[in-house]
Order: sequence, then C-alpha cells, then structure tokens
Amino acid sequence: MTKELLNKKDIERVLSRIAHEIVEKNKGTEDLCLIGIQRGGVHLARRLAVRIKSIEGADLPVGSLDISLYRDDLGMRKSHPVVRRTDIPCDISGKQIVLVDDVLYTGRSIRAAMDALMDFGRPAHIQLAVLIDRGHRELPIRADYVGKNIPTSGTETIDVQLEEEGMQDSILLQVME
Amino acid sequence: MDKSLPKSLIITGGHIVDPSQGIDGTGDLYIEAGKIKEIRSQKADAAAPGRRNPSASHSDIRTIDAAGKLVLPGLVDMHVHLREPGFEHKETIKTGTRAAVRGGITSVCPMPNTVPVNDNPTVTAFIIRKSFAEGACSVYPIGAITKGQRGEELAEMGLMYEAGCVAFSDDGRPVMSSIVMRRALEYSQTFHVPVISHCEDLTLTDDGVMNEGVIATTMGLKGIPAAAEDIMVARDILLAELTGGCLHIAHVSTLGAVRLIRQAKERGIRVTAETCPHYFSITDDAVRGYNTNAKVNPPLRRQRDVDAVREGLRDGTIDVIATDHAPHHRDEKLREFDKAPSGISGFETALSLSLALVRDGVLTMPQLVDKMAVNPARITGIGKGTLSAGSDADVVIVDTAKEFRVAADEFLSKGKNTPFDGWLLKGIPVITVVGGIVFERQE
Amino acid sequence: MDKDLVGIKELSKDNITAILDTASSFKDVLRRDIKKVPALRGKTVVNLFFEPSTRTKTSFELAEKRLSTDVLNFSVPTSSVVKGESLIDTVRTIEAYGVDFIVMRHACSGVPHLIAKNVKASVINAGDGTNEHPTQALLDAFSIVEKKGRLDGLTIAIVGDVLHSRVAKSNVYLLSKFGAKIRLVGPPTLIPDLGEYGVEVFHDLDKGVRDSDVVMMLRIQMERQSKGFFPSIHEYFKYWGMDMRRLGLARSNAIVMHPGPMNRGTEISSEVADSPQSVILDQVTNGIAVRMAVLYLLAGRRDNG
Repeated sequence: MTKELLNKKDIERVLSRIAHEIVEKNKGTEDLCLIGIQRGGVHLARRLAVRIKSIEGADLPVGSLDISLYRDDLGMRKSHPVVRRTDIPCDISGKQIVLVDDVLYTGRSIRAAMDALMDFGRPAHIQLAVLIDRGHRELPIRADYVGKNIPTSGTETIDVQLEEEGMQDSILLQVME
Repeated sequence: MDKSLPKSLIITGGHIVDPSQGIDGTGDLYIEAGKIKEIRSQKADAAAPGRRNPSASHSDIRTIDAAGKLVLPGLVDMHVHLREPGFEHKETIKTGTRAAVRGGITSVCPMPNTVPVNDNPTVTAFIIRKSFAEGACSVYPIGAITKGQRGEELAEMGLMYEAGCVAFSDDGRPVMSSIVMRRALEYSQTFHVPVISHCEDLTLTDDGVMNEGVIATTMGLKGIPAAAEDIMVARDILLAELTGGCLHIAHVSTLGAVRLIRQAKERGIRVTAETCPHYFSITDDAVRGYNTNAKVNPPLRRQRDVDAVREGLRDGTIDVIATDHAPHHRDEKLREFDKAPSGISGFETALSLSLALVRDGVLTMPQLVDKMAVNPARITGIGKGTLSAGSDADVVIVDTAKEFRVAADEFLSKGKNTPFDGWLLKGIPVITVVGGIVFERQE
Repeated sequence: MDKDLVGIKELSKDNITAILDTASSFKDVLRRDIKKVPALRGKTVVNLFFEPSTRTKTSFELAEKRLSTDVLNFSVPTSSVVKGESLIDTVRTIEAYGVDFIVMRHACSGVPHLIAKNVKASVINAGDGTNEHPTQALLDAFSIVEKKGRLDGLTIAIVGDVLHSRVAKSNVYLLSKFGAKIRLVGPPTLIPDLGEYGVEVFHDLDKGVRDSDVVMMLRIQMERQSKGFFPSIHEYFKYWGMDMRRLGLARSNAIVMHPGPMNRGTEISSEVADSPQSVILDQVTNGIAVRMAVLYLLAGRRDNG
C-alpha cells in the first residue's frame, strides 16, 4: 500500500524554507559548505545551493559524500556494496558544514558521514539538514533543519523519488506486506 | 565381507561365461574341495532329469542361487601395487587382496616398486610368504628388471623366477636405456617370462603432471605429451622385434601407442598389451578443479585417445584390462597437485567400469572375460582364468543389473583415491570365490 | 560473488566490472591526506607467501592497511626442503588464529583452489604457479581503461614468456571476456595454445606490435623455466625485446605496460620503460586501489547460505 506524503510543490516549498533557515541560522553564507550524502542527499544539496544563491546571491561550494566505507554493517545488507563518488570541493577545516540527506532514520548513516568528514579535516561546525525525519533514532543524533516530521513504524518505508533520478518529485510512504 | 569355506559348493542357475571352454549359457557350477568339479549346462540337466551329484555328502554343501546373474572365472589382475613391503600406510597385502576380492579379482600380480624393491629372491619370498599367511587371493609377484629399478644393471631374474615371480617390470619407472632393455628382453627368454614395459620417455615428461593440452595450459599445470609414451612403445616394439623377446606393454593410454601395437601385431612381433579402466572411461577433463584423484601415470588423455583405446580393445590390439591399482594415503593426495603422488585405487570399480564396454557394444561378454581373466592368466602363465574341471575354484558372481554409487570411504582398500567417487555404476560382483572360499559383499 | 578470488576464469564480467568501478573510488581515497577508511576495521588478513615477492606483497599489505584491516605476514621459506607440516596443516593453523582473509602466493598451480575448499576464510590468489594472478590482471585492466576509456575493440599485444606467465594468462582470460583483440608475441617455445580465447599468435615482434593500442611486456622468468626455451638473452632481446623503434610501430598513443620487476635490456629497453607512453608506475598505484576493491567486495558479499 502506497501513500503520497509530499508532492512536487510540497517539496519545493519545504526546500525553500530550509534554505532560508540555513542562511538565517548561519547569519549569511560565509564559510558555509553543503555536503550531500550519496545518493539522495547530493541532489538535495545542489537544489539547496541554487535556492541559497537566489536568496543571498552567493555561490556555495557543494560536495558529495559516499559513506559506504564508513558503515558499520558491511556484509549484512541485501545487495553488495556499491561505492559512489566522494567529492569534497574545498578544505573543510574551519568551515560550517551542512550535511544534507533525504531521510533521517536510525542516525547511523549520519554517524558514518561524520566519521568520513573528520578524515578530510576539522570543520568548525557540522549541521544536518534532512527532508524527512521518520523517527526511530538508535543513536543520539538530531537534525538542525527538518523538512517534515513523519512518524513511522518499522513495517513502513519512506521512498524519496527525485527528478534527477529520472522520476517525478514525490515522497511516498510504503507499507510492507 | 563375509567369508566361509564349505566342503562343497554349488552355484546354480547362473549365466556361466567361460571362454576357455567355449561356455556361454545358463548352468550349474560344482565345486569340491577348493577345485572346480564340473559345469552342468541347463540343457544337459533338462535332458537327464533326476541325476544328482553322487560324490557330494549332504551336510557341508552350500548352494548359491545365481539365477539372473553372471558366473565368471575369477578375474586375474596382472598389474597392481600392493605397497608391501615399505608403504604399509598406503596398503598391505592383506588389505589389498581383500579389496581385490571385493572387486571380483582372485589373482593379482604386484609390481616390484616396494621398499626394498623386489629385485632379489628374498623380497620375492617375503611377498609370497605374507600372501599365503594374510592374502585373501592368490598373489604372483612381478620382479624388477633392473637392480633397484635404477635402469642400469639386470636384476637376478632366474633366482626371482624360481622364488615365484611370473614376469619382470620396472613399473613405476621406464627402462630408459635401450641397451639395458635389449638385454632384458634377450635374457628373460631363458625363463620364458614376459618383460612388462612402463613406456615413458622421462626427458619428455620433464616435470609434467597431467596430459599436455589445452586443459593443462589453462590450469597452469605442466603437461606430458602423448609422444612421451608413444616413443617408448615404438622403441620397445623394435627391441622385441630385434631380440625375439616376450614384450608386454603396460597401461596403454594413447592413440599413438594403440596404432603402433596394432602394426606390430600385424607384422607378427611377439607383443601383448594392457590398458586400465580409467583410460577407456574418462579424459583429462577429470582433472579440472585440481582433482588429485585424477592424477595418474600415464595421465588421463583426450577423447580421441579414449576412443582409440576402446577400439584397440574391440579389435584385439589390447589383450588385457588390468587395474594398475595404485593406492595412496589420503594425506598424500590432499595437497598441491604438482606434489601429489600419481595413482588410482582401482580394484573396487574395475569390473563395473568394464561392464560398460559390454553394454556399449565394444566387447561381448566372453571377450570381456578374455581381457580380464583368460589373457592375463595366459600371458603370466599362472594357469587361472578358467572354469575347467580340476582348476582352482576361483569364481565371481556378478549382478549386472544392480546399480550402486561408488563410495570411496567404504573401500576395503586403504586407498580411497579414485576419480570415480560418487559415480553411479551398473553391475557389481556380489560373491567372489577364491579356492573354494566364499566371500560375500556386504552392503 | 564467491567467497574467494582464485582466478579470473571464475569471475563473471559483472564481477569484474564491479571490482573496477569500486577501485575508482578507492583510488580517490589514495589521493586524500588521510589515506585510510575504516571499512574493514576488525577484520584480520594473513599474507601467506610461499614464494618471494616484494611488490605484490607490499601492494596487498598497503591495501589492507588502508582499509584498517589487521595484517599478519607469513613468509614460508621455499627453497628449504621443509619436511614436516603439510600445506593443509599450515593453513588450518593459520585459520585457527581467526583470520577472515588469506592472501596467498604459491609456486604450485591450484593451491588457492585447494585451500579455498578447506577453510572458511576468503582466499585471494596472489599468484599460483603458472595458473593465474587475478589481481594483476584486474589492475592491468583498470590501467588500460584509465588511459583508453574501454577494453573492447582495443588491440593488445602481450609480449614474452606467455607459457610460464600467470600474469599473461589472467590477462588473456579477462581481456577476452571484454572483447579486446589479443595478440600473443614471442618465440614458438614460449607461446602456449590459447586459441580457444580468440588470440592471434605472432613470432615476429614488429608485426605483432604494429598498430596496437597496448603493449604489455612480460618479464623473462629465469627462475621458472627449464633450460632451452631460447639460446641466449642477447638473442632474445634482439628478436623480442621492446625498444623505441618497435614502440614506434604501435599506435602513436599506445601505452606500455609491465607487471614488474623489469629486466632493463632483456625484455624492455630503458628508454621505453621511462618513456611518457609507459604506465608502469600507474600500474603500481592502481594495484593498491584494485586490491582494496577486492578485499572490500569480498568482505561485503552476501552469503547465499
């Protein structure tokens, strides 16, 4: 059973709000760098950078981070690990990094992302922006910017579909049979 | 195996195949005091009803019903390795002969590559004594051609012959020197015994471990070309021609060798030849996966060699099927392919694999008995391979319809090294009689 | 993917593509300041080399350490006739230490296959006799794709002692899976029959190298051959040695490869080895990335029961 939680318009509004919040909280864009977590977070980070540019007129560096090599569950997942691009476009030491991901769930991906980031340098701050927070944290991790809070159960999954991946922008809730 | 020695034994209703007497039909076989008394065909019985065997007392007669089964003379395996003395961890005369009997074999000729080598009458006598004491079947040793099998000086053929050797061979190794082989073929004629040649040009073998060919290349294993065997076959045939000696070619495996032997026989040269079940059943493909149980010398060859060996059996070029039973300890085979010793433990699969030749139309049943009993007995001069009255009661009863899966772990031989492990075969010896003693196969 | 990497013959095209793709990411890791990731933290690998090797062993060791694996090194003397512990016992003892991976090199073909069947750990073949050297072929393929963008349709000349070269064989198996045009070049005594892989054989190096995209030179292995495959080094270099003139017969952007170590003046001239067309040093760097990819993918494979 599938239910659409957010449609294309909803997603656009949410991203605009998050973009404003990032600029507000950081009092501008100085030393700011957006890093999207592969795969969903990367597209969202780019979209946020576009919006921030239209708000502040500034070009933010946008990077991508693959966390496969930092995961704690090697050998336990369904499919064999595919390692994607990690591209950190600037020296992150001393910077305000905003990690961007599509769905925040147990928090383990974010933990892996922070470990990965630390191997690249010593950021001044790390903040977290997520499109959906579905609850069920297993680690003490919280997002600074949340698009929408959607409480879920263990039998449900959230499917984020984005145009960049060839689908219509949509966020779906699926209940597993 | 269950063992019993009745005073009289009657094997009834079996299909008796005894080429030495031209018998090939249903009948009853009468055995008394360890010797064959007579064969009565079913027709004779039908013609004279009511006739009973007058000399058998009623107690101590055992009757075995062989209806639907084959009754053959006990098989004669003229090429085996019993490993004793010296390699008792691989096999002993006791365990080897028991395994042979389980395979329907009642006479074996062990090769001399023991430690010490059987190149003198003392070792021959040891083997014979041990065989009498512990052997389950008759043992006729083969003595070495050269001292220590070193290929340099002739061994004491006469003394060994008197001690009981029935042939001479350096098997395991070739006699590389042509002049030594010449002398052997000449000298052995004094005693009218064959010289059995293991044909291999060691310089061509080099460090080869399997048949030279595409499979060897893609497995990174050094190959032994067929020419290594063919060259020595050609040489030995020419030496047999030169000397008039009695030559027997061991374990023929190649198309080239079969061709040469055929031509030699056509020219009237005194040469006989043997092959082994693996050379007419499988190819070097069996080595894939680095299966050391398929490592044997000569190596398993290509399909066209297998076809040529089968044709050689069919047209009489190859006279004998022997096992070259070569047991090794499990640990020795569980190692680097290059370093594993060569050999297949063959007693307990030979007859079953050979029966396939009859099913495939390569041989008739009487021809198979020729190859596995009559001819080897004749070549070694041991007087076996026949069910004629007065012969030793060596008989094998075969259930040709029964299917079974080869289980090397259950072999009576200490050697479990066979590439046929797990194979589904058809036809199996169910009872073997050795000098009147009955051995029954246990399941 | 299987539990072990014993050879290219046992890998599918998809397996190979996954390894090469993953190796790209690992090459990025090797460019960072902190050249280390915790992916295999807590796993133990033993480098079990029954044959001497500096470069392959070092390459594997670096790959293992970059993945945060715990590394054990066992070098077993080869020339000493060590009677006593059998191969199987040596390896089972090592497994009893609790290792997850065994990277092994042995002088006898088929040993990794034997060991893989008898241990639970993942076995990686670092070279077995004259059979295969799969990680070398993988890094060679990676190096070719890096410079040429593809494998299919390229003309690749493999020059030298193919008969005894596990590197050459693994390359033939891999390149033929991807539709490269393979040429084997060398004296007749050193070129085995690999016709079933669609190779073309040349005994004339000028003809063999003409218009090729890749020239892969093999080391003349003194220690592995029996005598008599060719009469002298001098003669060998004259007919089958790569020099600048011969390199000029290949395509102008052809690359030169060598698994190392090189015998300058025997199979390859110094000018060629040091020329801008040589990717020999890239092969070394790529080797670490490829080996990291292999370890990572084997660790992450899903057990099918």
